[in-house]
Amino acid sequence: MNVALFVPCYVDQFYPQVGIATFELLTKLGCKVSFPESQTCCGQPMANSGCEADAKVVMKNLVQTFKDYDYVVCPSGSCALHVREHYNKLEQTNDVIKVRNSIFELCEFLSDVLKVKNIDASFPFKVGFHQSCHGQRGMRLSQCSELNAPQYSKVLPLLDMVKGLELITLDRIDECCGFGGTFCVSEEAVSSKMGKDRVADHKKNGAEYIIGGDMSCLMHIEGILNRQKSNIKTLHIAEILNGVKS
Amino acid sequence: MNHSQAADLFIADEPRTDWHDETLWFVRSKRDIETKQIPEWEELRELASSIKGNVLSNLDNYLIEFEKNAQNNGIQVHWAKDAEEHNQIVFNILESNGVKKMVKSKSMLTEDCHLNHYLIERGVDVIDTDLGERIVQLRDEPPSHIVLPAIHLKKEDVGETFHKHLGTPKGAKDPEFLAETARHHLREQFLSAGASLSGVNFAIAETGGIVICTNEGNSDLGISLTPIHIASMGMEKIIPKAEHLGVFLRVLARSATGQPITAYSSHYHAPAKGKQMHIVIVDMGRSEQLGRADFRKSLYCIRCGACMNTCPVYRRSGGHSYSYTVPGPIGAILSPGIDMKKHSSLPFASTLCGSCSDVCPVKIDIHAQLYKWRQEISKEGHLPATKKYSMKVMSYILERPKLYAFLGKMGRKALGIMPRFLVYSPANLWGKNREMPKPPKESFREWYTKNKKS
Repeated sequence: MNVALFVPCYVDQFYPQVGIATFELLTKLGCKVSFPESQTCCGQPMANSGCEADAKVVMKNLVQTFKDYDYVVCPSGSCALHVREHYNKLEQTNDVIKVRNSIFELCEFLSDVLKVKNIDASFPFKVGFHQSCHGQRGMRLSQCSELNAPQYSKVLPLLDMVKGLELITLDRIDECCGFGGTFCVSEEAVSSKMGKDRVADHKKNGAEYIIGGDMSCLMHIEGILNRQKSNIKTLHIAEILNGVKS
Repeated sequence: MNHSQAADLFIADEPRTDWHDETLWFVRSKRDIETKQIPEWEELRELASSIKGNVLSNLDNYLIEFEKNAQNNGIQVHWAKDAEEHNQIVFNILESNGVKKMVKSKSMLTEDCHLNHYLIERGVDVIDTDLGERIVQLRDEPPSHIVLPAIHLKKEDVGETFHKHLGTPKGAKDPEFLAETARHHLREQFLSAGASLSGVNFAIAETGGIVICTNEGNSDLGISLTPIHIASMGMEKIIPKAEHLGVFLRVLARSATGQPITAYSSHYHAPAKGKQMHIVIVDMGRSEQLGRADFRKSLYCIRCGACMNTCPVYRRSGGHSYSYTVPGPIGAILSPGIDMKKHSSLPFASTLCGSCSDVCPVKIDIHAQLYKWRQEISKEGHLPATKKYSMKVMSYILERPKLYAFLGKMGRKALGIMPRFLVYSPANLWGKNREMPKPPKESFREWYTKNKKS
C-alpha cells in the first residue's frame, strides 16, 4: 500500500518524534511509507484567520505534493479535516478531488482502512484522552456528547489494544481545549483559561498522561502543564501505539 | 472594545469565571439528559430544520397568509422595516391610546431595537416583568443571555440591586426573599400599566395566531390585565401550520433549559372582548440575510440559547463581551450582517470546535458560518493589520518548501539560544500563560533525510 505521510508543519518543526512514530507504526503495519519533501502546511492557520485567499497557494502546494499517492495519512484530525472539507474552495480538478478523498487522519486510517486488530504496545499508566474537536466533530472520529445517537469511536478501540493502559473518565468528555489556531493568541485570555480548565479535569480524574490525536491541542495543553510545573505529561497517540519508551 | 479585550476583563475574576462556566455547563448537562430521554430527538431536529427551510423559501407567501388570517381574527398587523419604524409604531399605539406605562415580557427583538430607551425618552414608562430582565433593567445593563438574561449575576449582586432600587435590607441575598420582593414590586406594575408588550416564539400562518413560551407567567399576566397587547416579532418566526408547533415546542425548552416544555405555551389568536391586539412584524436586516446564500440558515434560529450554554468561549467570557444584543455563537453569525465593522471580532471569538452546530435544535451550521464570516470580514478589510500581514508572510513562506525548511531550522536555533526574558517578552502572547515547546535538534524532515530517504 502506497502511503504518503503528511506531517503538519508545526509537528515537523517541534514534534519530530510524532512524525517518526507515525512513520514507524505505519511501516510496522505493512505500509510502504514515504514522505514527499515538498510538503509544508495544509493552509489552515491562514484560512481559519480569514485569509483563505492567501492560503490557496499553500493548499495548491499540498495537492501537487500528494496527488500521486493511494493514501495520505496525517497524524492530525485538524489538518486532515481542513484538506477534506475546505479544499472545496479550490477549483475541483481531478487532483484536488483525489487528495481530498485519499487523506486520512491516522486513527481513522488504522480503523477504517487497515482495520487493525492488534497493536504491539504497552503503556501501564493512567491516561486521559483529549479528543480534538476537529477530529471528533469534524472528522467524526467518535460520537459527540451533543447528539442523541449510537456511541462509537475509531480511537478508543485502538487504545484498548495497548497493554496496561488505563483510560480515565473525564467530567467533560469532549470539551474544547481552547487552542483554536490563531485564536490561541488573538483570544489569549479565553484560550489559556480553557486550557487550564481542560488540564484541571484531567488532573482531578487522576491522569498521569494526557494523550490526543492532535499535537496542536497537546502543544497548548503541554504549555499550560509546563507553566504549572505539573508532573502530567502529554503524548501523541501515535507514540503510544508505536510503543513509546516512557 | 473588541471581544478579546472584553473577555480579558471578565476572566480577570477567575473564581467568578469558573462559577459562570459551571452554571451554564449545568444547563447544557440538563439539556443533554432531557434530550436523551426521547429516542426521536435527532429526527425532531431534522424535522424542525426542514420546516424552517420551507418557511424561509416561502416566507413572502406565509407572511401574507399570516397577516390575512390575523386580521380576520381581529388583530391589527403592522410592518416595520427597521428598529426606528418598529419603535415608532409601538409608540404611536401607546400615544393614541393615552398609555403612560407599559409592562413588557421577554423579547430579544425589542432589546435589539432599544425600545425601552426610545419609549422612556418619550414619556412612557416601560417595565420589564421577566425577573431576570427586570434585574438587568434596574441595573441599566443589557441582558447577557437570551434565555437567562441575568445569568452573569450572583444572588449577592441581585440583593445589592434590590437594596438600591426596591428597598430590601442591605445584605439580603436569600433567593426566595428576593423573588418574593420582585413579585410584589411587579404586581403593582401589572395593575397600573395601560398596555403590555410581548415577543413571539411562533406565528402560525395557517391560523393567524401567535404562541409565546414562558416560564414565569409574567407575559400572560400582563396581557390579561391590560387592555392593549402588542406582540413584536421578527419576520422569520413564522411556521406554516398549527401541526408544526408540536415539533418546535418539543425542541425549544429541551434545548434551552433542559425542560420537556416551558411552563406556559400561550396561544393568542384574537384580542379579548373590548381589547386590542397588535402584531408588529419586523425585518431589520432579515431580508438582506435571507439573500446571503452562505448565511440565510442563521434565520432558522428559534432563540433557545443552547449554543451559548455549550460554547466554551461564551461560558468563559460572558454575554457582555459580545458587542451585539444576541451574544454567543448565534449572535456572532447574525451580527456581521448588521454591522460588519462593529462586530468584526465576534466570528473570531470561537475555536471552531463545532459544538454549537451539533447542539442546535434546528441544525444551523453555526461553526461553518463563523468560518465564512471570517473570510468576508477579511475581504472587506476589517482584519487587524498584524493578523493580515502575518498571514500573508506565512503563506509566502509555506508556499516555498525549501524556504520553510530553512526558516524553521533558523527559528528553532534562535529559540534554543535566546534568553528567557527575550522569548517571554510581553509581545509573546502565547507565553503569558503557557511555556513554549522545546525546540528539538532536528525536524522530522531532517530525520527523514538522514535515516529513511532511499
